[in-house]
Amino acid sequence: MSQSTEITPLAASPDRMLGFRTFWHYFSVNRGAVIGLFVFILLVLAALLAPVLAPYAPDVQDKTAFLRPPAWQAGGSAQYLLGTDAVGRDMLSRLLYGARFSLLIGAVVVTLSLFGGITLGLLAGYFRGWVDVAIMRVMDLILAFPSLLLALVLVTILGPGLFNAMLAISLVLQPHFARLVRAAVMAEKSREYVVAAKVAGAGHLRLMLATILPNCLAPLIVQGTLSFSNAILEAAALGFLGLGAQPPTPEWGTMLASAREFILRAWWVVTFPGLAILITVLAINLIGDGLRDALDPKLRRS
Amino acid sequence: MLRYLLHKIVLVLPTLIGITICAFAFVRLLPGDPILAMAGEHGVSPARYEELKEQFGYNLPIWQQYAHYVRDAATGNFGVSISSKRPVIEDFMTLFPATIELSFFALIFAMVLGIPAGIVAAVKRGSWFDQSLMGTALVGYSMPIFWWGLLLIIFFSGYLGWTPVSGRIGLQFFFKPITGFMTVDTLLYGKLDAFRSALSHLVLPAVVLGTIPLAVIARQTRSAMLEVLGEDYVRTARAKGLSSARVIGVHALRNALIPVVTTIGLQVGTLLAGAILTETIFAWPGIGKWMVDSIFKRDYVVVQSGLLLIALIVMAVNLIVDVLYAVINPRIRAA
Repeated sequence: MSQSTEITPLAASPDRMLGFRTFWHYFSVNRGAVIGLFVFILLVLAALLAPVLAPYAPDVQDKTAFLRPPAWQAGGSAQYLLGTDAVGRDMLSRLLYGARFSLLIGAVVVTLSLFGGITLGLLAGYFRGWVDVAIMRVMDLILAFPSLLLALVLVTILGPGLFNAMLAISLVLQPHFARLVRAAVMAEKSREYVVAAKVAGAGHLRLMLATILPNCLAPLIVQGTLSFSNAILEAAALGFLGLGAQPPTPEWGTMLASAREFILRAWWVVTFPGLAILITVLAINLIGDGLRDALDPKLRRS
Repeated sequence: MLRYLLHKIVLVLPTLIGITICAFAFVRLLPGDPILAMAGEHGVSPARYEELKEQFGYNLPIWQQYAHYVRDAATGNFGVSISSKRPVIEDFMTLFPATIELSFFALIFAMVLGIPAGIVAAVKRGSWFDQSLMGTALVGYSMPIFWWGLLLIIFFSGYLGWTPVSGRIGLQFFFKPITGFMTVDTLLYGKLDAFRSALSHLVLPAVVLGTIPLAVIARQTRSAMLEVLGEDYVRTARAKGLSSARVIGVHALRNALIPVVTTIGLQVGTLLAGAILTETIFAWPGIGKWMVDSIFKRDYVVVQSGLLLIALIVMAVNLIVDVLYAVINPRIRAA
């Protein structure tokens, strides 16, 4: 339990397969996490294979079929399984293509905020002193604003659009990573293996990146998962408010925004995009819970 | 205690300064000329431009501009809204009660359901109830609340016709606000039908806004209870032969509620961020909708002040929660 090799199975352990097996053992105990992972894999496949799976292109309009209900409802047809939107575009195709945007948003935001957070957290935790104070004050400041509000204001400055929304969300989520890395680095810095590496002549960069960082990975992976789902939610919210991806992009939040005026007439244009967001976010949060169980030895059941 | 309080305030100071710098920088970071940006989409004549430049002090060095900005903000002068032509602070004071009222009921909803549910789940750990509650809480936590609001409108307003779709009160009711809280004002005027109208407008937005706090509170209560139920003093209370209700309700709950209270306090940021979406969906005239509308109207004086005021409120509430936490939990003060 208390040995560091067991705490971080993903870190360089002598037997990687064994590490993975331990990890999988703890992860698969959590049934929800396995279901989440399964759904997530399906979503990735849907996103990758969208051009193959989707019956239509996401922007093709059928002028004879505005607001056609789903196939199982009166007036619907098998031609459009989940119905069509207000300008006659196939809902199913747009939802499939939308999976690409949501996963892209999650991946880009997590990469950017991981990169920023690791850099700042490492610097702050390793050097301490004024570097630490300066960096952490700025992080506190970012966290002082409600995240969506800050993202809104940043997008106002940068201009609406998917890419700017991703940048804004990365900046807003990044302090969580910086704090985690800083705390982990401070805890690890005085451990024997770090001192040993230092005595052996390792430089600052090597100590930070090769010696300390790999041992801080576990909390970062959990936080990364949670940020992935947060990023999707926030980007969808920005899209919904009209400041994220712009129409006709089939981003789920943006689709909801243009569906709003039909909510009392055509339930399907509102229900499906939101359901897609919920399922995606829920699947990722389930995975996050499982990862926490598997990677955090404090919570691990014996 | 006083030392603790002072210590906390000193820690908050850099954030306070940072917030004012952010709000100050916001208008200057906007693409294009700040005066043209603030003048809105109508633009200004060259003469008026110089006048505005003078008025806003843009001809001064930047640090002086900042000093003036802070001085004005500290005296409650946030400038004049371009769209409403009224001082920003007046608009804020009119709209803010609506947001407080909505957040208050959202929080009540979240607490009334979340705390008991969390307690029962902890006491019956691993049961059918516990598992389904934790599942539901995770769904609530993952909920895109703007969609959740639309769904509730479809069902309760569209399909069942039970609740109105938007606004704070029926249009037939009109009276001068006393407190700014519809539910209180209607009662003060003694108009029961107006009160009922206000309440029916409030239900859906409050449920939507309260959904994520509900999930967070239920989870937090459960885990806090689980931790406490394993403590020695709880076992002692049981060994003394106290009734199960007394052990759980008095000995365990009192201690478990400490982290829960903190969690509730920290939900203020979530509530204000959620208010942006909830108010937009339900056309609720609060500060969240005001911010979004102002962004689209390019009323940047409002966006700037709203940013400052909301951040200050969140900061103040977090400070109060910190201090209250130290009041109920003396162990914190020592640290």
